[in-house]
Amino acid sequence: MSELGIVYALLGAAVAVLLSGTGSAIGVGIAGQAAAGVVTEDPGKFAKVLIIQLLPGTQGLYGLLIGFITLSKIGVLGGGLADLSVSTGLLILAACLPIGVVGLLSAIAQGKTAAASIGIIAKKPDQFAKAMLFPAMVETYAILALLISFLSVTGIQV
Amino acid sequence: MSDTKYTYAVARIRALENALFTDAVIEQILACPTAEQALQFVKEKGWGSGAADEDMDSLLNREEEKAWEVIRDVAPDIHLFDVLSYPKLYHNLKAAVKKACTGAPGEHIFYEDCSIPGQEMLKIVENKEFSRLPGNMPGAAQEAFETLLHTGDGQLCDVLIDRAALEAVFEAGEKSGEPIIRDYADTTVAIADIRIAVRARKTGKTAEFMQRAMAPCRSISTEQLIRAALAGEDEISRYLAGTAYAGGAEALKESPSAFERWCDDRMTEIMKPQKYQTFSVGPLLGYLTGRQNEIKTVRIILTGKQNGFPDDAIRERIREMYV
Repeated sequence: MSELGIVYALLGAAVAVLLSGTGSAIGVGIAGQAAAGVVTEDPGKFAKVLIIQLLPGTQGLYGLLIGFITLSKIGVLGGGLADLSVSTGLLILAACLPIGVVGLLSAIAQGKTAAASIGIIAKKPDQFAKAMLFPAMVETYAILALLISFLSVTGIQV
Repeated sequence: MSDTKYTYAVARIRALENALFTDAVIEQILACPTAEQALQFVKEKGWGSGAADEDMDSLLNREEEKAWEVIRDVAPDIHLFDVLSYPKLYHNLKAAVKKACTGAPGEHIFYEDCSIPGQEMLKIVENKEFSRLPGNMPGAAQEAFETLLHTGDGQLCDVLIDRAALEAVFEAGEKSGEPIIRDYADTTVAIADIRIAVRARKTGKTAEFMQRAMAPCRSISTEQLIRAALAGEDEISRYLAGTAYAGGAEALKESPSAFERWCDDRMTEIMKPQKYQTFSVGPLLGYLTGRQNEIKTVRIILTGKQNGFPDDAIRERIREMYV
């Protein structure tokens, strides 16, 4: 049994969770600053801006999902570690990269778009649905990355 | 994440923009039959301190203070707004120099809501502690003080300090590193130079006087403007037609008040795109200048009504609103 194989696989799970989680934290933070600005002047808009603030948080959940699947697949959660070759470990690491990298960048971009959309809520609260759509468009690419990471991790034979 | 440091401030400004007067609200104020009713109307819109017997001046001063309080509260770097606070600071210097040299009594001649309030400025000038002043003020203060003391020429004293103020505004704009503040400062100086050229032409001032009064900027050439002013008012319009201030040339032909209105409207036009920015200082500057413009417009309407001006004469002086 090569220990490096399991190290690479664990590194993959870590990349998925760390990068997408960091992106979400930054994105939710940016949107949260904008939300706080609006609520300072108009507390009645709290619920609407909170929903928009939460949108960049999904990437962190996607990363967590891929991390769980990876840990489960390599036996870290099940009790017995799988016997992984270096190449299989690297394959799992590669499979985790899409949601890690795209999760990081898309969550930051989504946070900025959410902040701009919160500006719409500040001025035209009746346009809530349209304001939601702009950051939601960024989500598409995080979902595509999640899909590829999910298919890759589940498709790798351990 | 330096590009996100204005996120909170801009979102708060977005919420506050809802309370800015639109052109329709200005029309409503104008439609009030008397100055008292117009004053009551703006009080009902939340203007002033809330005191029932508040007069126009204290109400409008309070609104100006409120606008600055918001900016001081939200701006990560208040020094970026020096371009807007310098006029008050240099006014205090001018008033202090005149008071110190002539000993003329004067109540309420100073602004208190700036970095060096009236009495402190007066003390600095009286004790000739000019080195305590910031930026280019020490040199300008000393020169103006000595000029007024030796020649008694109040206008020359004003010119020296006004020019120093324009230079300080331009320099602050250049140093800010923010394109919108640089544009604001440049436009402020250019418009001031155009005003100087127009007034100097009307009063028959010399090229030397204009050179002393005008401050250099990016968007117009002071040399060409001085040459045009010496040649005549039409020549000023012709020169401006080839610059970014072509609209000003048209307004100049119309009337002095149309030109003054154009100057403010031009600034509003520069600021309007800032309503769609989310991560820059622009919306803060747009809000502050928008508030100042709105206060100035309300002052024009109220004083016009107090003095019995017809609505058409007041309407001609009404500025375009930011929102």
